[in-house]
Amino acid sequence: MPLFWLILIVLVIAAVGYVLGRARAMSSAGGELAALHSLPSYYGANVAMKVVVPAFLLLIVWLLAQPFYVNSVISDMIPETAIEEGSSRGLVLAEVRRAARGLDNAVATGAMDEEFARNARADFADISTRLRDAGQIVTSEISQPILRAAQRYRILNSTGNLIMSVAVILVALFAAFWALRETNAEFRARNVVEQGIKAILIAAASIAILTTIGIVLSLVFNTWEFFRLYPASDFFFGLTWSPSFSGRGSSSQLGIIPLLWGTFYISIVALLVAVPIGLFAAVYLSEYAGPKVRAVAKPLLEVLAGIPTIVYGLFALLTVGPLLLSVFGDEGLGIMQAGTAVMTAGLVMGIMLIPFVSSLSDDIINAVPQAMRDGSYGLGATKSETVRQVILPAALPGIVGAILLAASRAIGETMIVVLGAGAAARLSLNPFEAMTTVTAKIVSQLTGDADFASPVALVAFALGMTLFVITLGLNIVALYIVRKYREQYD
Amino acid sequence: MNEMPSIEQANAMSDSKISANKVQVYYGDTHAIKDVDIEIQPRSVTSFIGPSGCGKSTFLRTINRMNDTIDICRVEGSIKIDGEDIYDPKVDPVQLRAKVGMVFQKPNPFPKSIYDNIAYGPRIHGLARNKAELDDIVSSSLQKAGLWEEVKNRLDEPGTGMSGGQQQRLCIARAIAVSPEVILMDEPCSALDPIATAKVEELIDELRENFTIVIVTHSMQQAARVSQRTAFFHLGILVEEGPTEDIFTNPKDKRTQDYITGRFG
Repeated sequence: MPLFWLILIVLVIAAVGYVLGRARAMSSAGGELAALHSLPSYYGANVAMKVVVPAFLLLIVWLLAQPFYVNSVISDMIPETAIEEGSSRGLVLAEVRRAARGLDNAVATGAMDEEFARNARADFADISTRLRDAGQIVTSEISQPILRAAQRYRILNSTGNLIMSVAVILVALFAAFWALRETNAEFRARNVVEQGIKAILIAAASIAILTTIGIVLSLVFNTWEFFRLYPASDFFFGLTWSPSFSGRGSSSQLGIIPLLWGTFYISIVALLVAVPIGLFAAVYLSEYAGPKVRAVAKPLLEVLAGIPTIVYGLFALLTVGPLLLSVFGDEGLGIMQAGTAVMTAGLVMGIMLIPFVSSLSDDIINAVPQAMRDGSYGLGATKSETVRQVILPAALPGIVGAILLAASRAIGETMIVVLGAGAAARLSLNPFEAMTTVTAKIVSQLTGDADFASPVALVAFALGMTLFVITLGLNIVALYIVRKYREQYD
Repeated sequence: MNEMPSIEQANAMSDSKISANKVQVYYGDTHAIKDVDIEIQPRSVTSFIGPSGCGKSTFLRTINRMNDTIDICRVEGSIKIDGEDIYDPKVDPVQLRAKVGMVFQKPNPFPKSIYDNIAYGPRIHGLARNKAELDDIVSSSLQKAGLWEEVKNRLDEPGTGMSGGQQQRLCIARAIAVSPEVILMDEPCSALDPIATAKVEELIDELRENFTIVIVTHSMQQAARVSQRTAFFHLGILVEEGPTEDIFTNPKDKRTQDYITGRFG
């Protein structure tokens, strides 16, 4: 039975349960609404909730567990001899699944009937011919064990699905029956529904947190794997970055220093652009602009924040790079070789960060109490004197926090760097030279065609982990500063 | 007085420091202050009393043009300080506020050291030529505000770390430091306990020797204690103005009498 129908049936049971629960509550109170503990809809919701939640939980667990079970059974069916030299068990299992899917499609198109597809004594040469005729391409000659495994795979899955459907529907029906039985006028349906809602909210929050933990763990394990293949000291202190994809990592030099240098150099250029412009824009918007200007200018500025970074990347590659080249290139000052450079990426990234800095700073400047401004104006200070000497010092911790948050975004930015900064990992002070960053290198390491188990690919995780630790540290410091500042005026 | 704008005014109050004539204040469409005429005497304390929302603070803020910082606020009529119309386009409100200082309802020291709080105004206006002069201004302002003995050993500590009463006296010292002629006080004791209030009131009484003081207060006892003249505002109208003693013992208007005997407000 398709999953869609199963879900629909459970929902129908829940809907019927809702109506029945409501009706039963009403009748148990003899039609007197006041005699009920909760509103009738709560009794209905109680029944519906008790149908849907266990049924869907069972469904999810089953869907996650079944492939594991089937795979282990199939895997046991494949003898060691069936695995060719240079291949692996995983590849053979993939072959089995492909064959099973081929059989499914062949049955669906009528090239063979179900009986034939399941026939364990069927001649496998015949089957592979029929599969090929039906357009279900079979990569290599199907061998006897693989065919048998594929047939078993299909049978296991279809029985599994059948049992699952029956079990889910039974659970739903039983839950509906049970929930209806407990429904009477005294039953505290409202409280139970409240508990249920709380549980759903907790589940949502836990999923978010667990995912974060999962991501970090996957980074940690792969990083660990990398450091077993490549010495950590060479990684952290190496001055050269030259991965060798062909040499299986043996001759690769994977020092992170040039990448970190590129990252920080580009981030610093970006912050030098974004911080003054963003801060001045925030001061203008919060202190000088009238309500009408503010109503138009603030959303316009924040539109910048909505532009996808790949578009900024294009802007860097096609507009800013050539523009800089015409001034600083061979026809101009002659210190720039190509359009892709630290300066290009830094400028464009700075533009990207302007709304980030300005909108955070604007909030922080607005949080400075009006009493401070009054006090300053009352002493005969002008607006700029007030901003410079009272408001900015008062808002400084918050602004520093905003800048740190912007910095952690700059460090993690990828697309602008990939398109604007070039791909050469080098240690140089010239901002008009191409450099590259940690993020850009993660992209190129993982999209290269290196073996996934080689240090050349695994280094991506070590890079990611390093980046994660740096930005996490920056974020923690920034949040600490921002929070400490907030307490001052609340 | 440099000039005599009208004979009527010259006759009425030739020695007044501030003279307001037919002042109207609008907040958007709301007519907050209607036809206020008042003469405020130099080197004395004048208190504005009245129920909440009667416009006394709004009127106070027109005297140093603090209402200019509110976009929707509009002022009509004339207010003259020493005969000079402060709403004349030639007048720079920033300069005016150096001459007419203000102390606010809630103590609002800047998040700076005590020293820098006092030195803020003199630095902006270039009142001190060197560090020694600035030190003099700071210490004499603190002395005048009666705060010197309490803070002389901790001038570099933040002003926000002091008690509420000390903070308010710091704000008064800060206002004094730019040598204003008039000091406006908007309910300066409403956030203070009785002991701190007594100290501030004592200070106001001493400051009368050198400054013209206008104080808005909710406490009639305070008005009676510190001020020589009292003005009663009600619904944006100046109901009655006169020597404090007369207002409290022999009010001419029924509304004033009702207010000071506690029938409304």
